[in-house]
Amino acid sequence: MTRKLLLENDHIEGIRSYDVYRKNGGYRSVEKALKKMSPDDIVEEVKKSGLRGRGGAGFPTGMKWSFLAKPDGVPRHLLCNADESEPGTFKDRYLMERIPHLLIEGMIVSSFALGANQSYIYIRGEYMYVLQILEKAIQEAYANGWLGKNILGSGFDLDLAVAPGAGAYICGEETALIESLEGKRGNPRMKPPFPAVKGLWQRPTVVNNVETIAAVVPIVNDGGDEYAKIGIGRSTGTKLISASGNINKPGVYEIDLGVSVEEFLYSDQYCGGMKNGKKLKACVPGGSSVPILPHFLVCKTATGTDRLMTYESLSEGGFESGSMLGSGGFIVYDEDQCIVRNTWNFARFYHHESCGQCSPCREGTGWMKKVLHNIEIGKGKMEDIDLLWDIQSKIEGNTICPLGDAAAWPVAAAIRHFREEFEWHVKEPSLSQTQNYGLISEKSFVTESV
Amino acid sequence: MSEDAKIKVTIDGKTIEVAPGTTILNAARQIGGDVVPPAMCYYSSLEGSGGKCRTCLVEVSKGSEKDPRPMPKLVVSCSTMVMDGMEVKNTSSERVLDARKGVVEFLLINHPLDCPVCDQAGECHLQDLAFEHGLSKTRYEFKRREFDKVDIGEYIKLHMTRCILCYRCVYTANQLTDSREHGVLKRGDAAEIGTFIEKNLKNDFIGNVIDVCPVGALTDKTFRFRSRVWYTKPVDAHCECTKCSGNAVLWMIGDEISRVTARKDAYGEVKEFICNECRFDKKDKNQWTIEGPRKISRHSVISANHYSKEIPKHTTLLNKA
Ligand SMILES: Cc1cc2nc3c(=O)[nH]c(=O)nc-3n(C[C@H](O)[C@H](O)[C@H](O)COP(=O)(O)O)c2cc1C
Ligand code: SF4
Ligand code: SF4
Ligand code: FES
Repeated sequence: MTRKLLLENDHIEGIRSYDVYRKNGGYRSVEKALKKMSPDDIVEEVKKSGLRGRGGAGFPTGMKWSFLAKPDGVPRHLLCNADESEPGTFKDRYLMERIPHLLIEGMIVSSFALGANQSYIYIRGEYMYVLQILEKAIQEAYANGWLGKNILGSGFDLDLAVAPGAGAYICGEETALIESLEGKRGNPRMKPPFPAVKGLWQRPTVVNNVETIAAVVPIVNDGGDEYAKIGIGRSTGTKLISASGNINKPGVYEIDLGVSVEEFLYSDQYCGGMKNGKKLKACVPGGSSVPILPHFLVCKTATGTDRLMTYESLSEGGFESGSMLGSGGFIVYDEDQCIVRNTWNFARFYHHESCGQCSPCREGTGWMKKVLHNIEIGKGKMEDIDLLWDIQSKIEGNTICPLGDAAAWPVAAAIRHFREEFEWHVKEPSLSQTQNYGLISEKSFVTESV
Repeated sequence: MSEDAKIKVTIDGKTIEVAPGTTILNAARQIGGDVVPPAMCYYSSLEGSGGKCRTCLVEVSKGSEKDPRPMPKLVVSCSTMVMDGMEVKNTSSERVLDARKGVVEFLLINHPLDCPVCDQAGECHLQDLAFEHGLSKTRYEFKRREFDKVDIGEYIKLHMTRCILCYRCVYTANQLTDSREHGVLKRGDAAEIGTFIEKNLKNDFIGNVIDVCPVGALTDKTFRFRSRVWYTKPVDAHCECTKCSGNAVLWMIGDEISRVTARKDAYGEVKEFICNECRFDKKDKNQWTIEGPRKISRHSVISANHYSKEIPKHTTLLNKA
């Protein structure tokens, strides 16, 4: 039975308010951390927990924290990344909207661990009502002595503020977020220097996802070892998954990492299976940026083993036959969906969101979108498919920030697995306007003999 | 490491010792010749420039003596520091040439290719780049992006359609003015160079944005359409000026000064910026002391003219037995 660590009290009436949250054990981790632990103890527990960043890249949080430069006399900052704009991902909103104090509690403990006295939550501009919920919660936290000067008499001061973005996906990239927070245009910075050395106002800075910071609360409460007991291998703890698409029960689920994809997709505890009894055609398991998987690679890997909801298992087979856990945006497509259209739709998004700093992403994203649109509306040519492949390959790896890769990968994966559907669109320009291709044929992946 | 300690780097098989903190691009420039990657956005005197155009991508086949692992991705040579023992491949790497071809194509798909009517033709870095690395035909079948031409300031015309968003002019304006007057509006391929209040670039040195612009997006209104640059003869000249060094290049048509620019080095970079007065107002020969013909070291159309021709290096006959 799955244990919930973040959404445990999700169902409790009024949990959004301070009083109810506190009555149900809220802010215990702050008491424990500030009274009984040193900042280094907390970093140690987070390391032990094996927690990995929930914002997409899956970088070990404890390690990230230990990289933070600590020059004398220079303030440090913790920034919470609540920009959540990846298509298919809506878990952070759910968490902030339902249990805002959990994030604030996590921010206090994490700021203490990092020695940050001024922390920010950077939230996407479209989440204005969530911003109001957070601000109210922050006021309550101040009023009850959890924020401000000398918290719990420990000598630790912390000010926390929420800053809204103006509606740009790119401001979720950590250095663009920092630029935006500084009041500038949200262009990603070149790295190095990394934020851990020079971040907000050139000061050492940690940027973490909402869910990552919230997960620090149970880690401090129960200990890192306890947290690490959940999960498999290097995928420890629980993960929020935003499930959407043609399933019976779309929504946000907290899973133990290690649940099988099959169970997640078909059991009533989670997605509840395909809607209207349709067949599964494809799945994007980690948000729009990760490679799409055709139906026969969703629940099984290319070698025939069960695919699990872990960082490792979802990426098994590399880009040839795997994908990524990413930010946990689990998008399911049934047999009536068109992959060309879906790929075009994603390309449209990345074109719209490119900051335009570097030429491959600025120009390449728009080009891919236009070529995909032609194929989608029945004006494509066979060479267009190879052209698309070539364009994405010239964007990937050649840009300042990972948005270029995020734009290239979905196109690459769609062509890699669904080439026959693209070709059908080209060969059947009128039929493809009224009909969908259905499932693609299964390919076998030659496994290299050892 | 002491101040004058040198570190060793090898680019396309040529080794040089440079000061720590040198970028791969600048190390390559110290070697010179074919090992130098093209750079469309980096500009050594502009703080923060570089990293954007991606034309200077190179392959690092050996990280350093200490950590010899190759770097998995291509890196931008303008912003990557050399390490001791580093080995870099520029033109000797297929990956680099392929990626660069891609970048050139990206820079060109939305470019109007109006070279026949563009003032920059002949001294345009994009033109040179396309000539050297580009494809001869386009694979882009869509309408190109277009913008209206605007006057920015009294003397400068912005033809945004030609802009490659290298940000050089933005950094120039940022460094020259206290208040930010010039920046980038919108994003992605809709991004454009803008002035907050049009025609408001009044700074005495703002004319330099014309010289830093690698393409014909920013041009001199006092010179627009007066002549093709290759019909004009550049001479080095100086004048007494209270605002700047007064060291400039006069572009002559017969006895007349058709335009004044700052002096650019072999990589198209101005080392001494000149003031607006020298650039836009001093168009009388008597205001200048002429030093002599300017040697144009770049392989541009201008240098193909008769006054200072460089002999191309590859003259070896194929059938030389
Ligand atoms: C284009 C782009 C958008 C991103 N958007 C988000 C986002 O909305 N939320 C987020 O947490 N991380 C986002 N990231 C990842 C962040 O750069 C960063 O890795 C993350 O916030 C680190 O937090 P974590 O270690 O807790 O995962 C984005 C990255 C890119 C390249
Ligand atoms: S990859 Fe795209 S979004 Fe990222 S810096 Fe370059 S242009 Fe901007
Ligand atoms: S106007 Fe010229 S200098 Fe300015 S960004 Fe465009 S190409 Fe670069
Ligand atoms: S010159 Fe290096 S990226 Fe433009």
